[in-house]
Amino acid sequence: MTLEAFLLLAAGLFAIGLYGALSQQSIVMLMMGLELMLNGVIVAAAAFWYFVSPAGSDGQVLVVVVITAMAIEMAVGFAVVTAIYRARQVDMTDDAADLRG
Amino acid sequence: MGQVLFWTLAAAALGFGYLVFRVDSMARATFALLASFLAVAGEVLLLGLGYLGVVIALMMVVEMVVMAVFMVMFMMNPAGLVPMTMVHNKAGSAAIAIGTFVALAAGVLVVDWPTRVGEPAPDVTLALGEALMGGQMLTMMTLGVALFATIVATVVLSTARGRYRDEP
Repeated sequence: MTLEAFLLLAAGLFAIGLYGALSQQSIVMLMMGLELMLNGVIVAAAAFWYFVSPAGSDGQVLVVVVITAMAIEMAVGFAVVTAIYRARQVDMTDDAADLRG
Repeated sequence: MGQVLFWTLAAAALGFGYLVFRVDSMARATFALLASFLAVAGEVLLLGLGYLGVVIALMMVVEMVVMAVFMVMFMMNPAGLVPMTMVHNKAGSAAIAIGTFVALAAGVLVVDWPTRVGEPAPDVTLALGEALMGGQMLTMMTLGVALFATIVATVVLSTARGRYRDEP
């Protein structure tokens, strides 16, 4: 186990998530891509804590922040999906490209 | 032993992460994402962060089950009976993703990372709690306010009635 191996795993997760977030048409699948990207950030933060400064707790706090960000992203994302589906029967990003109300 | 676990979990995290965008059903994609999260939780446990690893595992199980409900509610082809591709600009997205990975991997391998300073506290969970209730109190308070704002925002967004008028 080395820092580089963990960071490569994090980079891989981030890149797969980025591909999903950019390519998926369904809003919920797009959110799954975002979650996967944050997943990579968790790995990187935990690895930095363990391999660089295990004495402090800052890396752990960063993981807590990212987990909270994931929960918030998920909750608000679903609320937006519900709202836009209710207003316009839209669940694809291509149909939601304009700002018309 | 640690090496074997690390590489197994890393392969699982990446493999299931890739499957999320390859399977034919959005319900299956949800559970592939859950498997990827559980592998990441395993990696975090491997680093000695027992509390955070368990929190990630528990949170993601619940989150993905909620997500599966949304998949069945909203989305097409939840059972995966027909092939499903819902992508736009696949080549461009793949190019950007691969480019990002290459850039990040180059950075990972080229940068001269600092060496390890210090040892983990005997009880890392206690250290985290003390940090959150002490030096990192502002972070914790910000997270609390952000979560409360999320509650308000989700309720406002998901109620049928708008702020200024009834829905048409």
